[in-house]
Amino acid sequence: MSAVMKPMAHVAPSQSRQWMSCHGEFMLLVVGLAAFMLFPQDLGLLTNMAAMSIFALSVNLVLGQAGIASMGQAALYGSGAYVAGWTALYLSTDPILGLMLGGLGGGVVALLSGAVMLRSTKLTLVMLTIAAAQLLLELANWASGITGGDDGLSGFSIGPLFGVWEFNFIGSTGYFYALGVLVLVYFLLRNLVDSPFGLTAKAIRQDPGRVEALGGRVYPHLLAVYTVGGLLAGFGGALTAQTSKVANLSMLDFQTSAGVVVIIVLGGRRRLSGAVLGTVAFMTIQHIASTLNPQHWLFVIGLMLIFVLIVLPEGLIGIVDQLVLLARRIGRKGSAP
Amino acid sequence: MSLTLLSSILVDGVAYAMILFMITVGLSMTMGLMRVVNLAHGAFAMMGGFLAAKIPVALGVPIWVGFVLAIGLVALIALPIERLLIRRFYQRDELDQMLVTIGLMFVATAGANVLFGSSLTSVPLPEAFHGTVDLGFRSIPRHRLIVVATGLVVVIVLWLTVDRSSFGIRVRAAVDNAPIARAVGINTKLIYAATFALGAALAALGGIAGAELLPMEPSYASRYLVTFLAVVAVGGHGNLFGSFFAALLLGIVETSMKYMVPQLASAAFFLTMFVVLLLRPRGLFGRHV
Amino acid sequence: MTHRLRAQNLCHSFSGLTVTHNVTLNLPDGARTALIGPNGAGKTTLVNLLSGALRPQSGDIRLGDRSIVKLPQYARVRSGIVRTFQISRLFKELTVAQNVEIAVLQRHRASFQWWPSRSRNACVRGEVDETLGLLGLQSKAGRVVGQLALGEQRLVEIALALAMKPQVLLLDEPGAGVPQGEGGLIMEAIESLPKDLSILLIEHDMDLVFRFASHIIVLVAGAVMAEGSPQEVAANEQVKDIYFGRDGHAPAH
Repeated sequence: MSAVMKPMAHVAPSQSRQWMSCHGEFMLLVVGLAAFMLFPQDLGLLTNMAAMSIFALSVNLVLGQAGIASMGQAALYGSGAYVAGWTALYLSTDPILGLMLGGLGGGVVALLSGAVMLRSTKLTLVMLTIAAAQLLLELANWASGITGGDDGLSGFSIGPLFGVWEFNFIGSTGYFYALGVLVLVYFLLRNLVDSPFGLTAKAIRQDPGRVEALGGRVYPHLLAVYTVGGLLAGFGGALTAQTSKVANLSMLDFQTSAGVVVIIVLGGRRRLSGAVLGTVAFMTIQHIASTLNPQHWLFVIGLMLIFVLIVLPEGLIGIVDQLVLLARRIGRKGSAP
Repeated sequence: MSLTLLSSILVDGVAYAMILFMITVGLSMTMGLMRVVNLAHGAFAMMGGFLAAKIPVALGVPIWVGFVLAIGLVALIALPIERLLIRRFYQRDELDQMLVTIGLMFVATAGANVLFGSSLTSVPLPEAFHGTVDLGFRSIPRHRLIVVATGLVVVIVLWLTVDRSSFGIRVRAAVDNAPIARAVGINTKLIYAATFALGAALAALGGIAGAELLPMEPSYASRYLVTFLAVVAVGGHGNLFGSFFAALLLGIVETSMKYMVPQLASAAFFLTMFVVLLLRPRGLFGRHV
Repeated sequence: MTHRLRAQNLCHSFSGLTVTHNVTLNLPDGARTALIGPNGAGKTTLVNLLSGALRPQSGDIRLGDRSIVKLPQYARVRSGIVRTFQISRLFKELTVAQNVEIAVLQRHRASFQWWPSRSRNACVRGEVDETLGLLGLQSKAGRVVGQLALGEQRLVEIALALAMKPQVLLLDEPGAGVPQGEGGLIMEAIESLPKDLSILLIEHDMDLVFRFASHIIVLVAGAVMAEGSPQEVAANEQVKDIYFGRDGHAPAH
């Protein structure tokens, strides 16, 4: 199957220590802090990366773990953004409230649309998700009174985090807010994926009929996964809206849905950490390429996608895994008498 | 509804439908035959349009010769793409196919940007296409009629060659059971390559014919991707008449809304697709697996 | 005598082609029944009908004293009817232990639990180990299924079914595709299954069939052509025709 890299064996985590082994979260915190210190001028970009990572994590859950072929996840991300914006405009500027309601918005849209769409599979499902997202986009465009139409929703302000830390134009509050939510979401999601719920989702991806032959019911399970995915995508959207102070139609469109799918494939579909890695890689390349030549970045992304799919089916995280394996082997050789 | 409005909707709607049909029939055939989802298919239509716009001037040939050359060139370009890229993905997950062809689409878009510039390019039409035809109660642009006629010719020719000929039988054998078809001596690889190239050529034809309604631009493939996929999904993969009727249905629905409630035209298009897929997941005429 | 599983006058057809023709079948407690017949006779279809993957067009299926023919597949599984597949359908990216765990979780209706818990883990772990032990797979627990040999995969296929603690087990050619040497493992595994478990075994290998079965059903063209004890079936003229041809040559299988 893979031309170059052999797939890593999926090692079952030691169940008793599951929630204790916080390697991923720890890494995230460390890297996040390092990034803050190394790139103080780019906090806006880093904050965006953190918010986008949450969106990517949600898509990794839905598509990478459970195998729900959705190319319309932007609908949930954008819903979260708009709900967070409306919350700030009409309800309260408290960021946590906006975040929660944004997540709820994404979750509700996912639940309602998923209930209808998830009876279908594969290509039909893909088409339905695209159509549903497109319909939502049209609806948002038409309801320009409340969505701001093409200009989007803006001019809302976000109150201080926990009443203490103000969101200033330097962006450090925004950054740590996004980073904090990212680490928390990663923690929750990792436990979810390692739980019976997550294991069954992975099984459904590989063979839904087999799960049914074992007495399982695929549709309710997928609907639950899709709703959780919507919730998390909503968080991502809400964060983006709150930290960039804008919610617009492009957050609902097909380019956004396609972009996040590219991200998780790039990073590695089967692993949560792949979502974060993919986001960082993708947005870094986009950032660099756009300063050089905006046209060429599309070319690079296209080639990267083709390359990853042919040569690196595990994604970038596969390379990281191989490096870690190599390092361990060298370490063992070094310590052998 | 006045007769003028109705006739406008019909003429424009059917012309639009013919364009959609010609562009998407190749995609439907590839999806039905090789079970490959090629999201970059719109790029063939785009290539056809761009080449048709540039070749007559570049080579100093009459416009219609330029059209023919453009279509042929697109078919030629399609062959190595199938051989080197798409063929690797026949056995792979549908999602992988979609992703790699999205990558292809990005590359094509960037390439078109570099070669043809980022603004809209119009495809100049031969003299014969200009002017109007007087039907008595109204005049119709000659171009529209030619588009409709071309679409009808394409569907009839395809019906005769694919559905009813020995080539068609071989194609269907290859679809139903490739290993057995191969064992019987049917060259499935050749059929796949030919189908892909044919689909690309038809898309190029559709792109050229439809350049007035769907103008040529580098982001053509992604802008109309969802539209093209919708037609294929609604019609059912691999079904010739399915594509035809799906194009008619969607084309006329969208055009009527354009005339009556323009803001909802796009929404109406996707709502139709959504409803059809819910009721008939395999499309209006989809095959049973 | 109450039968644990009874099918009566099952009929089913696909697009006008009759594939199951008035089949009546009884499985008592502790049954060791083999289902044999030529390729295309409809044996797997029959298993699909019994397990609920297919709904028969007419006929009844009873588990104990209640009719289950209207129950969907998952309900039948939860009532204790479990089947295996002729071509292993395993979760190839997961380990052997995880594969069995998925079955155990289904049995406990615990698949929706979203937070790991130490006590529940221990209970599930225990059952997984127990099931693996029944088939001698403990040493392979951490191996990814996709990397196992075919014979080992067939064992995992059976392990999945056993983890459901079934009352009725429908084994569809458990030895299919397994190289000659490893077939013994499968047979031993089947012989060590609980004595009160009712087993219906589809097999082509006559050695396995005669070693295993106390009752044999011969299915030809969707209908029961003969049934009885192994000796009766072996002596049956029609069966001999099917398997050995008029001139007494063994069929090419």
